[in-house]
Amino acid sequence: MTETLKAVLYMNQFFGGIGGEDKAGIEPLAKAGAIGPGLLFREFLDPHVEITATVICGDNYFCERMDDAGEAVFLLIEGYAPDLVLAGPAFNAGRYGMACGAVCASVTRRMAIPAVTGMYPHNPGVEAFRKDIYIVETKGSVAGMRDGVASMSRLALKLARGEPIGTPEEEGYIPRGLRRNYFASETGASRAVTSLLNKLKGKSFITEYAMPVFDRVKPVLPVKSTGEITIALITSGGIVPKGNPDRVESSSATRYGRYDINGLARLAPETHETVHGGYDQTYANEDPNRVLPLDAVRDLEREGRIGRLYPYYYATVGNGTSVANAGRFAREIARELVRDGVQAVIITST
Amino acid sequence: MAKEIERAGVPAVHICSIVPISRTVGANRIVPAVAIPHPLGNPAKSGDEERLLRRALVEKALQALETDIEEQTVF
Repeated sequence: MTETLKAVLYMNQFFGGIGGEDKAGIEPLAKAGAIGPGLLFREFLDPHVEITATVICGDNYFCERMDDAGEAVFLLIEGYAPDLVLAGPAFNAGRYGMACGAVCASVTRRMAIPAVTGMYPHNPGVEAFRKDIYIVETKGSVAGMRDGVASMSRLALKLARGEPIGTPEEEGYIPRGLRRNYFASETGASRAVTSLLNKLKGKSFITEYAMPVFDRVKPVLPVKSTGEITIALITSGGIVPKGNPDRVESSSATRYGRYDINGLARLAPETHETVHGGYDQTYANEDPNRVLPLDAVRDLEREGRIGRLYPYYYATVGNGTSVANAGRFAREIARELVRDGVQAVIITST
Repeated sequence: MAKEIERAGVPAVHICSIVPISRTVGANRIVPAVAIPHPLGNPAKSGDEERLLRRALVEKALQALETDIEEQTVF
């Protein structure tokens, strides 16, 4: 029987049992043993691995100061001298995914021990960290907890034991862009021709060299002076007229709204509110200008620093909303803005 | 969204609380905000101070729209 390995878990305030969005600002702390999803991890890791501690940090605390929070979390983890670290799974939670990715990256780099997290492929933490760490692919919501924890545990155990790691498809992690040499039974020329023939016949084939997709847009030329043009406001912070007339969803939005602000000097709690389900709404509902800065923009318009404010603003909720949907919203919005002569846009996000 | 607006030829500035996400998704002009639940405000400050803070962030965004950049830039 091999010796028992020690694991430390990383979780956010929610899964760590501290609280919801109202507790998203909590500083890093450590609790002994396994809690929350840790109990499920224990089920898959027993008796080979003992979970000695769970390190918890609020999602807002982490993401608002990633360097400092990452360092504090790292020091807490390092203090337990673990043999492996498991973070999340974060599913499609963007802030949590960024935190899990950063924690695993620093543990992998600085302690040279295995660290594994789990995310939904569209989580922004995937694009930011997949090249540095193992991210197991999970479902988009907590309904995928059991499968996610099982895959993470399996992969972490293999890594901790120094066993060879298979391809992303075999092991269930998101491709890291690494290539490993191996002896194939067929030569490259023969494999290439086979692939080409399959492609020509419309059959399925697996490329051996996937081209990276860089979806970047070259920055467009700046405006000469914002005092001479029409500017529009967009927010993903969920600020809508009271009652949410377009029924914009509080998470995974499929809709956005266009709202009249002609003649309106500022947003007021009596007329506007947020429907975003991914942050504590207290401050935005107290003063919606904290998310959509209409009051400041009107002041600058009056002073001539902004030529004219477009008489409508657009709003959606950026909370687990797919990049594909957000892209579609923006393309539709851009068509209207271009048609109406808007020459620059300010977008605000929480 | 900022990326798609720029793809349509209109300069867009993203005022956001989590700069690494904005970078990852591909916004070109990025202005870091105050905090996730109040990106353009700070309830700990007085009303006047908070309005000045908000105005300063919007002014920074306007400068970003007037700045010629070659690549993703955090202002």
